[in-house]
Amino acid sequence: MRLRIERRLDQPRWLAVVVPVLSVAAALAIAAVVLLVTGHNPISNYRKLVDAAFVQTGSIGQTLIAATPLAFTGLAAAAAFRMRLYNIGGEGQLYMGAIFGSGIGLLIGGSGSASPGVIAAMVAAGCIGGALWASIPGVLRAFLGTSEILTSLMLNYVAGYILTFLIFQSQSYWRETKGFNATVFPTGKQLPSNAIWPQWTLHTQGGLPIPLGLFFAVLAGVVLWVLYKRTKFGFEVQVLGDSTGAARYAGVRIRRKILAVMAISGAVAGLGGASQVGDFSHGLDGDPNGLQKQAYGYSGIVVAALGRYNPLAVLLVALLIGGLDNAGNTLQGADFPSGLVGVIQGIILFCALGGEVLVRHRIRVVRPVAATA
Amino acid sequence: MNHSLLVVLIASGVAYGTPLLFASLGELLAERSGVLNLGVEGMMLVGAVMGFWSVQRVHVGSAALSLILGLIVAAFSGATMAAIHAFLVITLRANQIVSGLALTIFAGAVGLSSYIGSDLNLADNPSSHTFQPFFPNAMQKWPVVGPIVFGQTALVYLSWLCVIAIAYYLTRTRPGLNVRAVGEAPGAADAMGISVVKYRYVHTLVGGAFAGVAGATFTLALTPQWVNGITGGAGWIAIALVIFAFWRPELCLVGAYFFGALQALAPELQARNISLGPTELWTNALPYGATVVVLVLVSWRGAARRLGAPSALGTAYAREEA
Repeated sequence: MRLRIERRLDQPRWLAVVVPVLSVAAALAIAAVVLLVTGHNPISNYRKLVDAAFVQTGSIGQTLIAATPLAFTGLAAAAAFRMRLYNIGGEGQLYMGAIFGSGIGLLIGGSGSASPGVIAAMVAAGCIGGALWASIPGVLRAFLGTSEILTSLMLNYVAGYILTFLIFQSQSYWRETKGFNATVFPTGKQLPSNAIWPQWTLHTQGGLPIPLGLFFAVLAGVVLWVLYKRTKFGFEVQVLGDSTGAARYAGVRIRRKILAVMAISGAVAGLGGASQVGDFSHGLDGDPNGLQKQAYGYSGIVVAALGRYNPLAVLLVALLIGGLDNAGNTLQGADFPSGLVGVIQGIILFCALGGEVLVRHRIRVVRPVAATA
Repeated sequence: MNHSLLVVLIASGVAYGTPLLFASLGELLAERSGVLNLGVEGMMLVGAVMGFWSVQRVHVGSAALSLILGLIVAAFSGATMAAIHAFLVITLRANQIVSGLALTIFAGAVGLSSYIGSDLNLADNPSSHTFQPFFPNAMQKWPVVGPIVFGQTALVYLSWLCVIAIAYYLTRTRPGLNVRAVGEAPGAADAMGISVVKYRYVHTLVGGAFAGVAGATFTLALTPQWVNGITGGAGWIAIALVIFAFWRPELCLVGAYFFGALQALAPELQARNISLGPTELWTNALPYGATVVVLVLVSWRGAARRLGAPSALGTAYAREEA
């Protein structure tokens, strides 16, 4: 008697919801065992985690802030992965969006309150920056067949070094060169006041700030959902993701789809970069220990995979993972095991991957067939 | 002469290139069997922290024994991490890219390695034993070959043995040829009676062990202490290196030393007051840029097959669906 994994012919719809939920539950259970084995109390640590992420005063606001970039990079990854185009360059595309977005903000911004024109220009510049950076692997894949996985990954590092270079190793346009502080520690130039993105405050839980970027993220999610589920373009992308051969026979122009999807994916990640600058850092953050330490691009892949590449689900998952990230940041040091958040995220992703198998395959117990004469 | 720029660069290229070499040899073995493991960075970090832990806390007779035990512990930890990836992608046929990234998130600088490091209080202490240059001081003073060949630690010589052993294994032995068959055409290999699953498991795990040793090279030789995220992205360079080397162990060695020397170039030029434009930018970015160029060359008109990319790399194998 042995177990066999075989492909399901039809995938029940309820599995698509149950499996991710069970994955998270299983992951928390496994992480609890890790905690127990290493002599920590899982219940008190989980309580701290939930408190810091969603319950304490101001925690939801922080979670929303942490979720905003993850929503962008998650959507970027989902848009590409759905076509089995493995753009893992969201990280670098986000940096490029931040560089372009802050550049245009510094260039055309001025005094006064937030100007829709300046913000629109920053959004456009961010999208263009990300899309251009993503188009390098896109063009290489479409015309030369180079694997986009590794080229997009390599370009993350190049983008990171460019970011550091602009602030730390040169007297670039982005760097603050006047004033005493600038000579002591290199920083990015502060954006002019009308280029700083406004935020709304909901009067619950002691004031809940909602950054403008979060609205853009939700908007991007809805647009992507409509694009993928309700248009011919999206249908062709999905066919291409499921079977290249079938798409080719159906006359889908594969090269154009690769170029378009990479550009879309990069644009969404780049918009995330512009939002980082406009919403939060208000200047280019070139510090290797700042934006680059956050690894939003890589976490975005976790978010996308857990949301099963569905743009609307990605938004929800971004909140969950953003909550974990936020809790990880607040609980640093003080008797909370460092690295626990990464461990939990990793296990969630492992469980989601294992669960994916259950969605696509069924496990059957097979009895060995008796040999017949 | 031994302090001329070229000699210093090659000597430090060999030293800094050694972890890259170990990690890329491991990744090469996994990829040759058809398994792409993007979790190298995570496996290296867990190897680094566990190897360091063993040397600090497990007391055995001598320094040499303690260091050898550290390497074994590091290798075992790396292999354990690789086992998660192997189970997910070989048995459950999960997506290799997502699983590898998950492994790096799980084990990496914000995950398990950091958890272990802080839980066992390993930070802020220098290593109690470290790998020292293997040959006597007098030999290290010989012109040119002194610093480059004889000024290195035992780990460097071990990595050379590994290069020779893996090159021999892949080209001259039956199991080595079988691995290549599994990576190129798992269906055909299966039909020949080679167990695809077994070969892939073994090579993914051995690959993880190499990554663990690569991590320990940092904590026990290069920068002998534990700091969160000590490998600083070396795992990703190692993955790039495998392609850069066209999936050949001997070229991994050349590439690793080239990338290692680039890392030493910027501080070395600065110390000598030589200015070559934005040195930090281009020396740091060059390995990645060079890898992109190599990737393009490799993919040009099916050149990949001629140059050695395993055809089945990144794909799961299921007998019924092949």
